[in-house]
Amino acid sequence: MDDFIVRALLAGVGVALAAAPLGAFIVWRKMAYFGGAISHTALLGVALGFLLGINPIIGVVLVSVVAGLMLLGYRGRYLGNDTLLGVIAHGALALGLIVASTVDGVRVDLMAFLFGDILSVSAGDVYFIWAGCVLVIVALGFLYKPLLAVTVHSELAAVEGTNVRLVETAFVLLLAVVVALSIKVVGVLLIASMLIIPAASARAFSSTPERMIILAAVMGVVSVGLGMGASLEFDWPAGPAIVAGATALYIISAFKKAA
Amino acid sequence: MSRPNPDKNLLVSADNVSVELNGNEILLGASLSVAKGEVVTIVGPNGAGKTTLVRAILGLVIPTGGHIYRRPGLNIGYMPQKLHIDPTMPMTVNRFLALGVPAKLAGQGRRKNALDEVGIEHISNSQMHNISGGETQRVMLARALLRDPDFLVLDEPVQGVDITGQADLYRLIRNIRKNRGVGVLMVSHDLHVVMAETDRVICLNRHVCCEGHPETVSKHPEFVQMFGDQVANSIALYPHNHDHHHDVHGDIKGGENG
Repeated sequence: MDDFIVRALLAGVGVALAAAPLGAFIVWRKMAYFGGAISHTALLGVALGFLLGINPIIGVVLVSVVAGLMLLGYRGRYLGNDTLLGVIAHGALALGLIVASTVDGVRVDLMAFLFGDILSVSAGDVYFIWAGCVLVIVALGFLYKPLLAVTVHSELAAVEGTNVRLVETAFVLLLAVVVALSIKVVGVLLIASMLIIPAASARAFSSTPERMIILAAVMGVVSVGLGMGASLEFDWPAGPAIVAGATALYIISAFKKAA
Repeated sequence: MSRPNPDKNLLVSADNVSVELNGNEILLGASLSVAKGEVVTIVGPNGAGKTTLVRAILGLVIPTGGHIYRRPGLNIGYMPQKLHIDPTMPMTVNRFLALGVPAKLAGQGRRKNALDEVGIEHISNSQMHNISGGETQRVMLARALLRDPDFLVLDEPVQGVDITGQADLYRLIRNIRKNRGVGVLMVSHDLHVVMAETDRVICLNRHVCCEGHPETVSKHPEFVQMFGDQVANSIALYPHNHDHHHDVHGDIKGGENG
């Protein structure tokens, strides 16, 4: 196998593994739009990273963290959360596109940032993705029990001694890291799909939360394989092909009677 | 209620607590206390601030005035008004019990005993979103008990449970109090059954209108005004019947079920 394919597969698998547990929590917490809104701010992060002359991935983490914490604290007076998240997601994307148009490095690579460019990941990118993946999984290991309790019933968890705000903030930070990891693989517009679709497909085959997370990781890895295969075979763009693979798995899972 | 050593036995108290939410005064100087081994029930009409008072005692709402005391290190078992486990999350009853309980208290044997104690051992492997309202309430109770609490807080514990189930559930709560010596604070708007199982009733309508033994409270003019003559009378009679009712009916019901 060519080196670039190995690197692409490694990158894709790393992202799938990190996204699976967070994706499951996003599905349980009904935060799909929240995940979408955070990922849409990522382009702004890339552009700012270029502007400030820092690594664009660091820019993405910073902007995603700020956006995530703002979204966590912000409640509208009249409007539903879905509407507010829609405003923020598209507002941030538009702003990101405007800022990106002024920065040479991003303007050239705009399609790559929007839809991913997994076939061009460098060895450095792979190390970075796997370091982030390990970080997310270890951190989530510590966070898992309280986060699950908060997800089931936050007030009950609070009475039982969990610091709800701390747990939710930590979750948003991890989400920002995963968004930054995924940008090279599937791009800003499709990041949320790597979080949500594998977890959604896993639901039908799961009887406990842990099983759903593990199956989501399996589904994610299989989607990466399917997408990469289709991309090489038919010359499809790799990011969208991965998401299409995940969607195909979801459609199959939809025929399974839920546990 | 006689309290031999009120300070040592006091679990929680609210002293002149006021709560304002979004400019609405929900509570105006409400006070109550619960001691070890005591069952206290808050009753009152809708919008009286019952749940808010409980939430203030639990530390979920910060009072705008007054003072809340919780005995240091108090271990609280809380049963919220409504638990809805969304079907998006797969969750067996058995798995649910271990959430929020320290690992050493959540062993398989202890979980089984807790389900046994509330009479639902058979649904251990069912999905939380597939069980009935009454079963959900019992699962919540089992989870609260797993923590070996000193203090149980039950917000509308029989909501969504049919009449027979309600009496069963209250009997269960009374047995738990008897066997474990915990203090219990309940919220209810259903008066008949709950008052029979209660040591002290607190009648709340943004402030405490009256409080005391169920029989005394049911004759209090403010209570009669709030709930009407008929309700008050039927409650006044109820404790009188109670021992008798429980002995005979308990047996008969057991026969029917078995």
